[in-house]
Amino acid sequence: MEQPDQDTVTNLQRAEPTTQPEVQPKLHLDTQQDARLSSAALEKAEETTEHIFDIKNVSVYYGSFRAVTDVSLTIYENEITAFIGPSGCGKTTVLRSLNRMNDLVVGARVEGDIQYRGRSLYRKDVSPIAVRRRIGMVFQKPNPFPKSIYDNVAYGPRINGEHNKKRLDEIVERSLRQAALWDEVKDRLGKSGLGLSGGQAQRLCIARTLAVEPDVVLMDEPASALDPIATGAIEDLMREIKSRYTIVIVTHNMQQATRVSDRTAFYSVLINPKSDTRTGTLVEYAPTAQLFEDPSDERTKAYVTGRMG
Amino acid sequence: MSTVAQADPAAPAGSAHPLEQRRPLGDRGFQILALASGLLVLVILVLIAVSTTQQASSWFSTEGWKIFTNNWNPPANQFGALAFIYGTAVTAIIALIMAVPVSVGIALLLTEVVPYRWSRPIVYVIDLLAVVPSVVWGLWGILVFAPWIQHIYAHIANVVNGVWVLGPLFGPPTSGASFFTAGIILAFMITPIVTSLSREVIATVPAIDKEGAYALGATRLEMIRGAVWPHSQGGIVGAVLLGLGRAMGETIAVALVIGSSAVITSHLFAPGYNMPAVIANEFGEASGEFRAALMGLGVLLFVFTIIVNIIARGIVERSARRKRGA
Amino acid sequence: MAVIAEPRQIDLREPKGWRRTSNRIATVLMVTSFILVIIPLGFVLFTVIAKGASVISWSFLTGQPIPPNVLPAGVGGMWPAVLGTIEITALAAVIAVPLGILGAVYLNEYGGRGPLGALIGFMSDVMTGVPSIVMGLFIFSIWVLHFGYSGLAGALALGCLMLPVVIRSSYEMLRLVPNSLREGSYALGATKSRVTVTVVLPAAIGGIVSGALLAVARAAGETAPLLFTILTVTYANPNVFSGPNTSLPSQIFSNATQPYTGAQARGWGAALTLIAICFILMIAARIVTARFTRYSR
Repeated sequence: MEQPDQDTVTNLQRAEPTTQPEVQPKLHLDTQQDARLSSAALEKAEETTEHIFDIKNVSVYYGSFRAVTDVSLTIYENEITAFIGPSGCGKTTVLRSLNRMNDLVVGARVEGDIQYRGRSLYRKDVSPIAVRRRIGMVFQKPNPFPKSIYDNVAYGPRINGEHNKKRLDEIVERSLRQAALWDEVKDRLGKSGLGLSGGQAQRLCIARTLAVEPDVVLMDEPASALDPIATGAIEDLMREIKSRYTIVIVTHNMQQATRVSDRTAFYSVLINPKSDTRTGTLVEYAPTAQLFEDPSDERTKAYVTGRMG
Repeated sequence: MSTVAQADPAAPAGSAHPLEQRRPLGDRGFQILALASGLLVLVILVLIAVSTTQQASSWFSTEGWKIFTNNWNPPANQFGALAFIYGTAVTAIIALIMAVPVSVGIALLLTEVVPYRWSRPIVYVIDLLAVVPSVVWGLWGILVFAPWIQHIYAHIANVVNGVWVLGPLFGPPTSGASFFTAGIILAFMITPIVTSLSREVIATVPAIDKEGAYALGATRLEMIRGAVWPHSQGGIVGAVLLGLGRAMGETIAVALVIGSSAVITSHLFAPGYNMPAVIANEFGEASGEFRAALMGLGVLLFVFTIIVNIIARGIVERSARRKRGA
Repeated sequence: MAVIAEPRQIDLREPKGWRRTSNRIATVLMVTSFILVIIPLGFVLFTVIAKGASVISWSFLTGQPIPPNVLPAGVGGMWPAVLGTIEITALAAVIAVPLGILGAVYLNEYGGRGPLGALIGFMSDVMTGVPSIVMGLFIFSIWVLHFGYSGLAGALALGCLMLPVVIRSSYEMLRLVPNSLREGSYALGATKSRVTVTVVLPAAIGGIVSGALLAVARAAGETAPLLFTILTVTYANPNVFSGPNTSLPSQIFSNATQPYTGAQARGWGAALTLIAICFILMIAARIVTARFTRYSR
């Protein structure tokens, strides 16, 4: 296996499955997609690209239980950022803090500061409704409303005040096209959204989210409930829309992170022996190629080479 | 231009930042409306207590503790109501004695014996029983059932004439309308609610316990006694209490078949009276203290049924909580 | 050489003796209890249908009752009672169903877990056990004494009866709507009221309507709350808001105690009509549950 060239990703091969535990192959990156930025480009971007999220020393509590501690990282515009890590490490908790969905949990509390385009999200005068209109979310299990496909996609624009039928038709078509679902459903827009297969339903939920033209799309393990072909469709979709949106995705599938993301954040679990609780924490955050091939932290290395999690 | 709000990084710093918005008035209003509707329940209950007690206050103040004497003579302005309390108790007890075994039996039939396909028709029959209006029971009761059962009463009275305990209980009837007839009709009417609640209670018994009993080679009866009964006896008590509450308050059917005679007697085949029945039959023409007395009976009825229902619901709630939580 | 022992006799038949007998007795008792219920139900329905069918006709439903002292002695009609039942029950439903749904929304979406919500939920269930005659006395004290007898008063009394029933059944339906739907709606930037009205209620609407229909069926058959609120009369009153009124159950009650055969025959006809109405509502509730309920236990 060749040593990967530091600056380009074009000559890399897929990692071969290891049969001998002693040999620890480095995780190679998928050559297929080229929309992903190179590590050098990413480092350069850090100076010029707008910060979408500045997460500074954030801890999230549910009541007195600390779910995540001291997370700090920056999410950049028009990039795909992946949160990976073992279960219970807080990656979903952090994701849901970005669009204030944790507000819906009784007793949830965020300490530290999360800034969205320079404005703090958790100030008293910030409306979570307005936040969620700009920062959309796709969930792990597809959750189409029990309405027609058309009404599912039109729901968001309608609650934002759009009632003109012609404009709604345009929005619905555009969103379904962006979600790569238009051709499959264009003749049955009136049929219930519940009648779709898993992959279609998830793309419907993505279309629904895109219909309000958010700034950011958060995805919580969007493909974990889907078969590999549907997963591939979702990943293609993410690359397609990247130029217009900023995407943050939580995934437990490392291969997926290497396939789609520009930067990856690796979270892990701190076990408190006294209270027997597990608290999540951010271990390492770097351009994806760098995190997987040359991680700085031992824990990251252990996770990405498969020894842990 | 679409009205969908768009985050604009280039927006001038002076403009209202798009993240700031007041909570829409409609959202607040809806929450207040929902809260008000919920509070309505409490408000109504309090108003019931207050308004009826106020209307009955002259009876309470005039008679004081004498309301619990058997001295009901409206023309002479005497309103001791013991006969009605007695009647309510007697008819309710008769109804419970007959309805509870039958209801629990049906509940067990549905949960343990009958395969699912056959349970739907049985449930339909129970629902049908529940949907028959009280007044229709009363109409049928007084015009068809009472004349027919009077003969049976007469036979029984003949047989047990002079027998210790049974004789005084089952003396000869004057007509079909009596405590016992009212009790039977009440039994028909409370069966659906006791059955459905017993079913719910029995359904909270964990399946593992039942399977464990069967796995030890128990017959169905043994499984019921060993696994179902210990778990559900509390809840079934609650179901029985709810049936009691319903039996105490059921008005129209009883008013038609109880015989309208304010006496305290051990003879169950004799005509009698109970609280809701006398209110129904006499309130229309009553005035002054008579009316206050009837209203007062309504207050007593309200208090009794509320107490019984609170106890019953508390018990049922506890067994339901066990299924959800523990 | 080893001696092969005789194989033990394994008896796999049912246990004999008291165990089997007691089990059989128990099963017989359970079946008997069901039969004990079918018999009177069948009896009542049979009688009502037999005696009522001969009286029912279009003119019965739309005609006026014939007073007993008018010749020729006849049956006449029940139109005043039919009209009264329809308008009073409809008004009661209009009052109680929206309030009940809103109350259930409060319990499930807003306040359910707190102490106030628990109290309201508990007392709502307790309220279903309040005797219907007490509701009648209540509305009499608080309304009729000030505003007189009217169909509206009767509707208020029926509404008080229906309210906790609608709250309980709607609450159960709202509980069954999965949380993922609410989250999907919140994530699109909807306010809580929007989430509830545009996603949660439509998802639960089948079960809610079914529960409301059953509550209406119960209210249609009630007599006691109407006794002191509408002051049963024998003429039709299309104005449900003022003036005394009548209803099918009220009419049956007063006819049941009259010795005139015409009145009794009208009573049976009215009973059949009333049962038919309640039955139709019950069937409608079942149909709605079967066809339109998405989330059920």
